[in-house]
Amino acid sequence: MAYDKFNILTSAAVPLPLENVDTDQIIPARFLKATERKNFGDNLFRDWRYHPDGTPKTDFVLNNPLYTAQTPPRKILVGGRNFGSGSSREHAAWAVYDYGFRCVVSSFFADIFKNNSINVGILPVQVSAGFLDQIFEAIHADPDAALEVSLPDQTITILATGAQEKFDINVYKKDNLTNGYDDIDYLRAMKAEIGAFAERSLY
Amino acid sequence: MTQSQQTAPNTLFDKVWDAHVVRSVAGGPDVFFIDRHFIHEVTSPVAFLGLETRGVGVLFPERTFATADHNTPTINQHLPVSDALSANQLDALERNSKKHSISHWGLGHHKNGIVHVVGPENGITQPGMTIVCGDSHTSTHGAFGAIAFGIGTSEVEMVLASQCIMQPKPKKMRITIDGTLQKGVLAKDAILYVIAQISASGATGYFVEYAGEVFENMSMEGRMTVCNMSIEMGARGGMIAPDETTFAYLEGREYSPKGQAWDKALQYWKTLKTDQGAVFDLEYHYHAADIEPQITYGTNPGMGTGISKHIPNASDVLDGGASYAKSLNYMGFAENDQIIGKAVDFVFLGSCTNGRIEDFRAFASIVKGRKKAAHVTAWLVPGSHIVEEQIKAEGILDVLTESGFALRQPGCSACLAMNDDKVPAGKYAVSTSNRNFEGRQGPGARTLLASPLVAAAAAVMGVVTDPRELM
Ligand code: SF4
Repeated sequence: MAYDKFNILTSAAVPLPLENVDTDQIIPARFLKATERKNFGDNLFRDWRYHPDGTPKTDFVLNNPLYTAQTPPRKILVGGRNFGSGSSREHAAWAVYDYGFRCVVSSFFADIFKNNSINVGILPVQVSAGFLDQIFEAIHADPDAALEVSLPDQTITILATGAQEKFDINVYKKDNLTNGYDDIDYLRAMKAEIGAFAERSLY
Repeated sequence: MTQSQQTAPNTLFDKVWDAHVVRSVAGGPDVFFIDRHFIHEVTSPVAFLGLETRGVGVLFPERTFATADHNTPTINQHLPVSDALSANQLDALERNSKKHSISHWGLGHHKNGIVHVVGPENGITQPGMTIVCGDSHTSTHGAFGAIAFGIGTSEVEMVLASQCIMQPKPKKMRITIDGTLQKGVLAKDAILYVIAQISASGATGYFVEYAGEVFENMSMEGRMTVCNMSIEMGARGGMIAPDETTFAYLEGREYSPKGQAWDKALQYWKTLKTDQGAVFDLEYHYHAADIEPQITYGTNPGMGTGISKHIPNASDVLDGGASYAKSLNYMGFAENDQIIGKAVDFVFLGSCTNGRIEDFRAFASIVKGRKKAAHVTAWLVPGSHIVEEQIKAEGILDVLTESGFALRQPGCSACLAMNDDKVPAGKYAVSTSNRNFEGRQGPGARTLLASPLVAAAAAVMGVVTDPRELM
């Protein structure tokens, strides 16, 4: 599915300072029954966000007007270590994207979530534990503290303090995100080479 | 390639990986060829929609296998599925499979069952293969010496369209356990023990090889249980070198090679082991003597310990911060609580971790001659119809029935509670599945992961019990 190209993103952030946030929390299994990709953002963090009767849980960050009352909505989510562990459901990445986030920052990502994110157009930015603490502190000091994420330079900056860190992303994936391409475009162009490989395969 | 490189010692993982690289992208991932692709009803519909939008077909339909499992009811499977959304997904799987000439074992088909149970038991999974599925527990198939891992829906679409995905090569880890597992200690305990040592994220970025006596002496069922849970420590997957146990398991299965093809395959499969002196990025060593029956007390699979132990204090664990307190609070537990004697409301035997014949044998060995505790609701769900048939053929069903248990029909069931098999909020379930996340078995459900023996002991005693006392 087509997604918006990624270049430089400047936005305040929504902080979620919890470790091991798993994809069952990001989107519970009972919302995986769709056969189309529609409205997943509504159920992002469903059980942390809403009571069983559908009323919002006021203590959850996505219901805190400090972070969510702004227009346009904030595009950066900052999570604790081991973000996105558990199930391979891409629905988790869809929910994050469809809610409006384009970038997730953490000191550590689960592998499959990281892959899925890039495939749907979300940039996962992995920072050091120390830098993550600095981000949380900056947001604590000023809920509107803005972050600048530059994909071309592979840097993330806390604008209020000027603190900056580099992040890693492989060249190929960077190129995809910058141009809004996906892997299937690339693979389709290799059809003959793949066919020849399959011919030689033992299985 | 120079001579010295050719003879350099290689790992099992490298041998299989390198044999599947179609092309390496400069500075990027490998274009990685996939031998077998499993699909199910939950993560495939949007991938097929994507193909349609692009106007692209399935490149090699004979390499993809569809089975319905995540969303299926476990009683009255002959009736129409009452949940409209589930029924819609099951229809979509059938429609898409038919349209693209993909083999489809839908609800009611005699080969139907959980994708990671039916693949191996029909011989579709073989050593040296690359296998993917839109499900993180695809790592199960690594038990055969295959590279197998879970993928997202975009990647499902990629594999359908091109039989390849773009993958950077992970780092390599080896986990060795020496010695012999003690009485009452199963494969599930071995892997829960490892995850508790390494943590739920300790193997992220790695592909694991399990080595040592414990795995060499393990049955294929046990090896599948171990590889299944590799993902629960963050690993992309886990694998075990194929050996005589593997070959004996595969011989004669429906999709296993036959005749000359078998001999040829066997010759190749015998080369699939890590050479002496091959180097891993990270190694861990454990001893079987240190492992007792395990159980989890928290909300990620790394929060587990020996069943005779107390719940650790926050200061003694790796992830002891705010998340630890939140987790114990969710479970209704406190630091230093004794785990034995904790209340149990539900028992779940099943899932792609422990829904195979051996698991039912183990469960039956404990409940035989005893009665199910009156207040416990027990869901016993075979991983496939083939497992179900075997349970009946071996007389296990009679043992279970006599003890007050009933058998349900195959599917993922309470492992992820997408169907009606949900544990109610606040209730405790001793579960043989693989995840104890908040709400995994139903909103508010509290899950304690354990082996089939521990589950059986809980089912008859009505509280968490050390199964060794009942053996
Ligand atoms: S049994 Fe559970 S873990 Fe296994 S495939 Fe089904 S839902 Fe996934």
